[in-house]
Amino acid sequence: MRAFISAVYVFLYAPIALVVLFSFNAGRNASEFTGFSTMWYGKALGNTFLVAALQNSLIIALTSATLAAIFGTMAAIGMERLGTRTRAVLDGLFAAAIVVPGVVIGIATLVALVEVFSFLNPLLNAIWPGANPPQLGLGYGSIVAAHGLFSMALVTMIVKARIASLGRDIVEASSDLYATPLTTFRLVVLPQILPSVLAGFLLSFTFSFDDFIIAFFVAGSKTTLPIYVFASIRRGVTPEINAIATLVLVASLMMILIARILMREKKTTN
Amino acid sequence: MALATNTKRRMVTASLVAPAVAWLFIFLVLPFIAMLVFSVGERAPEGGYQPAFTFAQFANLPSRAAAFWNTLFLAPVGAFICLIVAYPVAYYLAVKANPRYRLLLVSLVIVPFWTSLLVRTYAWMYLLGSRGIPNLLSMVGFDDVRILNTHGAVLLGIVYGYLPLMIMPIYVSLEKLDRRLLEASADLGAKPVSTFFSITLPLSLPGVMTGLSLVTILLLGEYLIPQLLGGGKVFFIGNALVDLFLQSRNWPFGSAIAVTLVISVVFVLLIAMRIAWKIAGTRQVDLV
Repeated sequence: MRAFISAVYVFLYAPIALVVLFSFNAGRNASEFTGFSTMWYGKALGNTFLVAALQNSLIIALTSATLAAIFGTMAAIGMERLGTRTRAVLDGLFAAAIVVPGVVIGIATLVALVEVFSFLNPLLNAIWPGANPPQLGLGYGSIVAAHGLFSMALVTMIVKARIASLGRDIVEASSDLYATPLTTFRLVVLPQILPSVLAGFLLSFTFSFDDFIIAFFVAGSKTTLPIYVFASIRRGVTPEINAIATLVLVASLMMILIARILMREKKTTN
Repeated sequence: MALATNTKRRMVTASLVAPAVAWLFIFLVLPFIAMLVFSVGERAPEGGYQPAFTFAQFANLPSRAAAFWNTLFLAPVGAFICLIVAYPVAYYLAVKANPRYRLLLVSLVIVPFWTSLLVRTYAWMYLLGSRGIPNLLSMVGFDDVRILNTHGAVLLGIVYGYLPLMIMPIYVSLEKLDRRLLEASADLGAKPVSTFFSITLPLSLPGVMTGLSLVTILLLGEYLIPQLLGGGKVFFIGNALVDLFLQSRNWPFGSAIAVTLVISVVFVLLIAMRIAWKIAGTRQVDLV
């Protein structure tokens, strides 16, 4: 049994390790390791298209994760106070946002936005006083909207679980001691749910940063890092992709590790 | 007074959930309605969509039968292979592993799930390509072995990509298992094998069901794995959708396929829930 378990762990990590190893390869040949070099990292970071894609990905991940963390937490707190029927409807919608395949979310968002834009843009042309009316199009906004949908549902799920495990007694004690609801929230509730909010933020960031399929549909002319990597893979496997892949891995690895530490704290403080 | 505070309370609640509700409505409900409307429309001559009310798009579904067969066959088969590999791992982690290392070992299973599927699948492209495993095989005498761009490669990618998602729910259900039941069974003279089949396995079924349905649902919408490891030869519904929306621009037909995909996801969910109800006591799954 132990041998089998070890084999599974090797199976999980060996391919990743190989990519990391070959990202430090001095030679071009992908099948033999000819020496240690950070040359490909230099090449990758000197590539302006790649750096622009990385920037886009960071902006989108930061925006969608921030919005998701704020609105998701608000929703998680608000849902506690809703009637059972309204809450069930909202629960269903959040579950749908998580369970519907990314490819469908991408398509549905694309179809709806293109229709809305084709209605709004002539309208903007007609009412705009200046010479060059702004044109609505796919880009940052549409990716943030589609990523935020999944992320918000994720944050709500995580924060709701945390709220459910919270003791009601300290909230009651706080109001018995004449704290206003807002003070109670700030001093009692918020510190307790903050780790789960942060964990939700980090997971949302990771999701957005790594997502390929949704962005592929709604990115318009913008290129995110996964879209860039996908396009380079199509052009052919080069050690430069290994370097980019390693950087992507390290980034998401750090996020998920911090998120896990934050989530674990909740178990020890209970 | 009481009425006033009640109204105030309602307004606070409403403003707390308002942004999320607006977001869900504008970017989930509305797009779904748009997709439904598109699916009964017609393709405009220059591509895109023109309004109509026809079921011609749905009648045309058999023209993409290969994508449907591949998906509806490989998704459950892939999920089942995942289960066979995942169960012993989950069992080891929950029952056998040294508690000191358990958390670390569990983390090591979850972490890959949250790292880029694109990068992880790319790693296999690298391994299965002509300079990877086939190259090693040719050194020991097996020439011209092709792995990349076969059904086998896609299945391997599926198992690799979704194994963590299968291990986690099973681990959670096994971890909550009451150990005293196992001791009682042993005390009553049951062999380990019969304890496993009459106690451990039945009590872990909710986790097994959660894992199977999660993995199957996600696989129904998979695009990257067949695209990178199937090389255009093993087509999934997701690949057909990308083709129809981004290349041949037949949006109404693509919408009809997407609607069908959502219906199959709901179908899988309903089956899973029915089975889950039969097995008493479903449990919450920690995905993080």
